[in-house]
Amino acid sequence: MPTMTYLEAISDGLREALRTDERVFVMGEDVGAFGGAFKVTDGFVEEFGEERVIDTPLAEAAIVGTAVGAAVVGMRPVCEMQFADFVACGFDQLVNVAGKTHYRFGLAVPIVVRLPSGGGFSGGPFHSQNPEAWFMHAPGIKVLAPSTPEDAKGLLTAAIRDPNPVVFLEHKHLYRRVKGEVPAGSYETPMTARIARAGEDLTVIAYGAMVHAALEATAPETLDGASVEVLDLRSLVPLDTDAILASVAKTSKVVILDEANETCAAGAQVAALIAEHAFEQLDGPIRRVATPDVPIPFSPPLEQAVLPSVERIRDACRDLLDY
Amino acid sequence: MKALSPRPTGPAVAEDPADAPTRLIPADRVELLRAMLLMRAIEARALALYKQGKVPGSFYDGFGQEAVSVGAAFAMGPRDRLCPLHRDLGAHLVRGVEPTRILAQYMGRASGVTRGRDGNVHFGDPALGVVGMVSMLPDMLCVATGMAMAFRLRGEARVALAWCGDGATSRGDFHEALNWAGVQRLPVVFVLENNQYAYSTPLAKQFAVDPVERARVYGFPGVTVDGNDVEAVFEAVHAARERALAGDGPTLVEAVTMRMHGHAAHDDMRYVPPELLAEWAARDPIERQQRRAAALGVDVEALRAAVDAEVEAAAAEALAAPMPDPDDATRGVFAEREAEPLGDGHAPWSGFAARDGEPPADASPAAEAVA
Repeated sequence: MPTMTYLEAISDGLREALRTDERVFVMGEDVGAFGGAFKVTDGFVEEFGEERVIDTPLAEAAIVGTAVGAAVVGMRPVCEMQFADFVACGFDQLVNVAGKTHYRFGLAVPIVVRLPSGGGFSGGPFHSQNPEAWFMHAPGIKVLAPSTPEDAKGLLTAAIRDPNPVVFLEHKHLYRRVKGEVPAGSYETPMTARIARAGEDLTVIAYGAMVHAALEATAPETLDGASVEVLDLRSLVPLDTDAILASVAKTSKVVILDEANETCAAGAQVAALIAEHAFEQLDGPIRRVATPDVPIPFSPPLEQAVLPSVERIRDACRDLLDY
Repeated sequence: MKALSPRPTGPAVAEDPADAPTRLIPADRVELLRAMLLMRAIEARALALYKQGKVPGSFYDGFGQEAVSVGAAFAMGPRDRLCPLHRDLGAHLVRGVEPTRILAQYMGRASGVTRGRDGNVHFGDPALGVVGMVSMLPDMLCVATGMAMAFRLRGEARVALAWCGDGATSRGDFHEALNWAGVQRLPVVFVLENNQYAYSTPLAKQFAVDPVERARVYGFPGVTVDGNDVEAVFEAVHAARERALAGDGPTLVEAVTMRMHGHAAHDDMRYVPPELLAEWAARDPIERQQRRAAALGVDVEALRAAVDAEVEAAAAEALAAPMPDPDDATRGVFAEREAEPLGDGHAPWSGFAARDGEPPADASPAAEAVA
C-alpha cells in the first residue's frame, strides 16, 4: 500500500473521482493553473483540462450557488474554499439553498465543499477557523472531518458519492505532517466514528487534528500508565451516537476536545448526548478542552495560549483520572 | 443615465402600440392569455382563502405582473431549467404544475408541491425542471448560473433562466452571478422584474444607476422591455435564449412592471402614490392580451369562464386534501437515494414543436454515463 501525506491522500481521492466519474468537476479560487493555495489540485488542470478544473472569480457565494445549480442538473461539483474561513461568504447558499432543498421539495443537491481549516500557523483571525459547528446547526448538510490520510481519501470519496451537500474539513495542520498507508483505487470510508486507540480507563473524543493531539497527550507512557481510549469521530453529521455511548459505557470517564471555539462546538453536542443518554454510566464530570470564545490571534504566544495544547489535554485527562 | 421614475409613461388604454412581427401563432397568443388568467384566478382564489384563514402564514402574489413570468417561461424549451420567484407563479403554470397542487401548497396541505414543508410560492417541481426559490431572492441567480455552467461543460444546447426583482440587485449575489456568467459567457438569461418597490423601498433608494445598465459592464447586453406586454416579454426572452444557444453568453432582460398589491397580503401599500397605481392599472397586462385575443376572434369571456371553473374545481380539490402527517415533519432532511436531476417541463410554445434541432430529453452525456 502506498504511503501518502494527508494532503496527497485528498489529492489522490479527488483525482480518482475525476478519472472515474465524468460528472465530477472541481472549482475554486486558484485551483487550476496554480493548483490550489495548498496544492491539493496540483497538476489537475494538465490531466483534466480547464473545463473540469475551474478557476473561478473570487466569489464564494457564487462558488457554492453555481455548484448547487450544476448538481441539480446532474453534475457532482467539488468546490474548494481557499480557507475554511471564507465559507462565511458562501454561508447563505450552503445553509439556505443547498441544505434545505431536499427537505422542501425532494431535490437532492450532491455537492462537496472542501474547507481547509484550523490554526497553529499564525494565520490570524481569518485563516485559522474551525467552522464545522456552523453547519452542524444547519439541517441538511453533512459534516466530515477526517484525521488520517486513509480516512481523508475514503471520506472524500464517500462525500462525492453522497447525494447530499457535504462540507469536508481538511485540517491544514495535517496536510504535510501526517503520513500513512492509503489504499490505491477508489474506496469509501463510512461516516462513522473509529477507535483510534482502544483503552479502558478514560475516553478522549476528538476529530481532525485534535485526534493526533489526543494520541500524543495520552500516549501509553504518560498518565501513569492509564489506558486511554481515543475515539475519532470522523463524521460530525451524521454523528455516531452509538460509538460515543459505547466508549463511555466502557471507560465511564470522558474528555471531549475541540479546536473550535468552545460555545456550541461539536464537542458541546457530544457532551449533551452523553449527559442525556449515559449519565448513569459516568464516573466523573464530562470534561471539555476547547479554544475559548475568541478570534484566533496572530502572534504565536497568543495563538498557542488559546488553541488546545497537548499539556492542557493531558492535564484534563489527569484531573479526570484522579477524580 | 436613465431616470429612476417608474416607466413607461404615457397613455395605454385603447392605444396599444402596434405589435412587432411575432413568432407567436394565434394559439400561442391565446395560451399566453390563458396562463395569465390562470395565474390571476389562482392568486385571487388563494387571497380569498387567506382572508378566510385557510392559508397559514402570509400570502404573496404577482397581481399585475403576470406577463413577466408567463412571457419569459413561454420562451423556454422543455430541457431548459427555470428559477422563478414569488411574483412568478405563471412560470410554474407554463411548466405544467396543476392548479390544485398550488392551492394545496398555499394551504399547507399534504398534496401541495412541498407537502407542507414550505409555503406560498416557495416551491418548484423538480420533475418539471424548476428549482424552487428561497427567500434570499438573488440566490437563485447563482444557481441558474451553475446550471448553465453544467450545460456548457457537457456541450448541451440548453439554457437556464432566473428571475430577480429590483431589490435583489442590491445584494452581492446579483453581482457574483452576473459577473461569473459574463466571465464564462454562459447560456443563462436573467430577468430583472422591476416592479418599482422592494417591499416599501422605491427604486430611488435601491440604486443610483438603473441596473440594466450594469449588464454592459459585466460584458453582455441588457435590454428593457415593457413588462406588462406578455408578447414583448416573450420576444425579449426568446431573443436572449437564442443568443445563449448561439454561444454568445448571458442577457439581462429588465421587464418594467408594477407591483399592484402589497408586498404581502398584510401590506396596505400606504407608501405608493395612488396616481401611480391608477396609471399602471390602465396598463393591465391581461386586459391588453384580451384585446389581442378578441381581435383574433377569441371568445374571451368563455376563456375566462373556463379558467375560473378550472380554478374553482382545483380549490375544491385542494380544500378536501388532508393536512400533512406531523410524523412527516422530521423526514427527508437528507437524500438517501442516488440524486435524481431535474426533469423536463412543459414548453407549450408552438415553435418548439415545429422546430427541428431541439435535442431529445435525457440525452445528456452525464445521464448516459450513469446508465
